[in-house]
Amino acid sequence: MQKDFRLEWRQRAALNGMLLYVGSTVFVCYLSFALRGGQLPAPAWNALFWIILLFTAVNAAAKGFLQESRGRLLYYYTLVRPQAVILAKIAYNAVLLLGLALVGFALYAVVLGNPVQDVPLFVGNVGLGAVGFATTLTLVSGIASKATNSSTLMAVLGFPIMIPMLLLLIKVSKNALDGLEFEASSGSLLTLLALNLIVTAVSYLLFPFLWRG
Amino acid sequence: MSIKRNWWKVLAIVLVLYTVVAGLLVPVPRLDIVNESIRNLYFHVPMWFGMTIILTTSVVYSIRYLRTPTARLDTLAHESAKTGIVMGLLGLATGSMWARYTWGAWWTSDPRLNGAAIAMLIYGAYIVLRSSFTDEQQRARISAVYNIFAFAAAIPLLFVLPRLTDSLHPGAGGNPGFSNYDLDSNMRMVFYPAVIGWTLIGFWITQVSSRLEFLKQKIYEKQLA
Repeated sequence: MQKDFRLEWRQRAALNGMLLYVGSTVFVCYLSFALRGGQLPAPAWNALFWIILLFTAVNAAAKGFLQESRGRLLYYYTLVRPQAVILAKIAYNAVLLLGLALVGFALYAVVLGNPVQDVPLFVGNVGLGAVGFATTLTLVSGIASKATNSSTLMAVLGFPIMIPMLLLLIKVSKNALDGLEFEASSGSLLTLLALNLIVTAVSYLLFPFLWRG
Repeated sequence: MSIKRNWWKVLAIVLVLYTVVAGLLVPVPRLDIVNESIRNLYFHVPMWFGMTIILTTSVVYSIRYLRTPTARLDTLAHESAKTGIVMGLLGLATGSMWARYTWGAWWTSDPRLNGAAIAMLIYGAYIVLRSSFTDEQQRARISAVYNIFAFAAAIPLLFVLPRLTDSLHPGAGGNPGFSNYDLDSNMRMVFYPAVIGWTLIGFWITQVSSRLEFLKQKIYEKQLA
């Protein structure tokens, strides 16, 4: 498991690319809104932030399986159990997305202003979101990598599954923006946590079947 | 066609006929705004019951497929999902028409409506996924994996989320609706048979389309031989 994680870590060439991707997306958003002048209203700020994160996540997680060569997959197959592979991939994607999301948030707050009133809650929520995206998208990228038109499929398969999660995330981060007390969002946070656990468990169970192909 | 094996088809026909006749003729309670459109309960709500039951059947077939991979179970899962989609679309259509005359809009941003739309997107993705494989066994296995994954990840939330928020939809946010005082005994007499009848019709459609699919596979195999 640890070895697998290290294997993942070694091919982090994509990391710089992804960082640049977040950076340039945020900058494009900043420029397009700066033309209008003035501050973004809080709901729009929130929605834009999550859309940027969503697309970053899809792009970053798609690399997970799509970039693997057939030979390397076979090599993993001989080396470790499939469960270890999926857990390592999920862990790697979670760390990757967590980093990307935090960097994205920092950049976003610098150029587009930071109307968040409850920063710890917001950051915690972003963390849960990043982990949730990672767990969902890892298996989806595994599924998509088997099909012929994988890059389209990645979005088609992933987005509907992520919408409920995204709605919860946006609700909690809106609470954080408005500085509501913690009780207002604790229920949604628990639901998110439970959802992450369910998705991880289901991925763990299903991946061996995917792997055989 | 022995009656012993096909009694449920007869039951389905009788129940749906009963629903259509009684649903349009039996008196209903007068409520503000909703008025006669409350009769939509007999057609709209059973669609969602039927859809949920049939999609659950589809997932069960997918799980069974992963345990024992046979082409038969894969076809059954696929056809169940397709029937589920049809029922879902009918549910959306009946709901949308009802909304036009009671709320004044075809579509409102309501958690239930959005949830239904998401469910349709998920199963649309399932169909698209199936069409993008050339190898049959791979297609069967991977779409079964996606079917189970999507069902586990999204469907429970689609039932939970609407209950966490207020909405215009009957049965939520203090709006008159399902299982309240207004579903009087007359309406129950029609509503429960309607749910059973429409669900049985859904199973029947699935059975017929699966049989067609089995026959197509048989013909295909004969042509190959």
